[in-house]
Amino acid sequence: MKFFYILIIFITSTLAHGSQNENLENNIYKNLRCLVCQGQSISESNSDFALTIKSVVKDQIQSGKSENEIYNFLSDKYGDWILYRPKINKINFLLWIVPYAALIFGAILIYSIVKKRNN
Amino acid sequence: MKINFLRIFFVSIVFFIIVVFFFSLTQSSKYDTSKMVGKKISNFEIEEFYNNKLISEMELKKSNYNLINFWSSWCGPCRDEHEVLLKLKEINKLKIIGVNFKDKKPNAINFLEELGNPYNLILVDANGKKSIDFGIYGVPESILIDKNLTIVKKFVGPLKPRDYVEILEILNK
Repeated sequence: MKFFYILIIFITSTLAHGSQNENLENNIYKNLRCLVCQGQSISESNSDFALTIKSVVKDQIQSGKSENEIYNFLSDKYGDWILYRPKINKINFLLWIVPYAALIFGAILIYSIVKKRNN
Repeated sequence: MKINFLRIFFVSIVFFIIVVFFFSLTQSSKYDTSKMVGKKISNFEIEEFYNNKLISEMELKKSNYNLINFWSSWCGPCRDEHEVLLKLKEINKLKIIGVNFKDKKPNAINFLEELGNPYNLILVDANGKKSIDFGIYGVPESILIDKNLTIVKKFVGPLKPRDYVEILEILNK
């Protein structure tokens, strides 16, 4: 009976770990651009390049690398163009910050207009 | 005062949108390898074609310049560039390393027997995974690197006679 419980725990934990890895793989594939396709991600493409990248990502997950480490590796080899969500750098800093700044600025503006009107 | 402030706000929003559109529409949406120039190639181990010996980056430090050419016998454009590679072989300063990409060994051997062997060293990447370490996304592709393993130039697609001239100019600098 004890052996049976251990077996069940082993099987369920292996399955859970497997599906966790699968989710991580799919998340990564969706954020990678297929460089030889027209507007497709690695996840959507069955091109030779996409299949090789999928296999490399799978290997790196199995070797214990994190999502960010895999992105860093691929952007080091192919540039930020391979990532749909590129990392913040000096060049794209404004594009990341302006929407948030505009949102905060707009909220302050609306608040001050409404407050003045109420007064 | 309030109207002026709002006017300035909306004009700056419109200006920002125009600037963003101007830069994003003039930018090429194709993958560009020029950004990879200046980066270093590191941490790779790849098998030699004939004896399966593992070759690492130390091998590339032996020569002032290396041209790493990714090729395959099933790749048509690889045939087109072969003459340029044979011509490049005559340059003493340059070591040409061929990486046989996703190919069958007998076909690759036939290819070299038929067209000639331009390579000083041939490596093999049977499943294409090792080529990811070099930022390769198809064949033929060639990378010119210096002694410090820094990428000097990347050539996507078959090498042309004008690439031969460019490589010669780089080597004579």
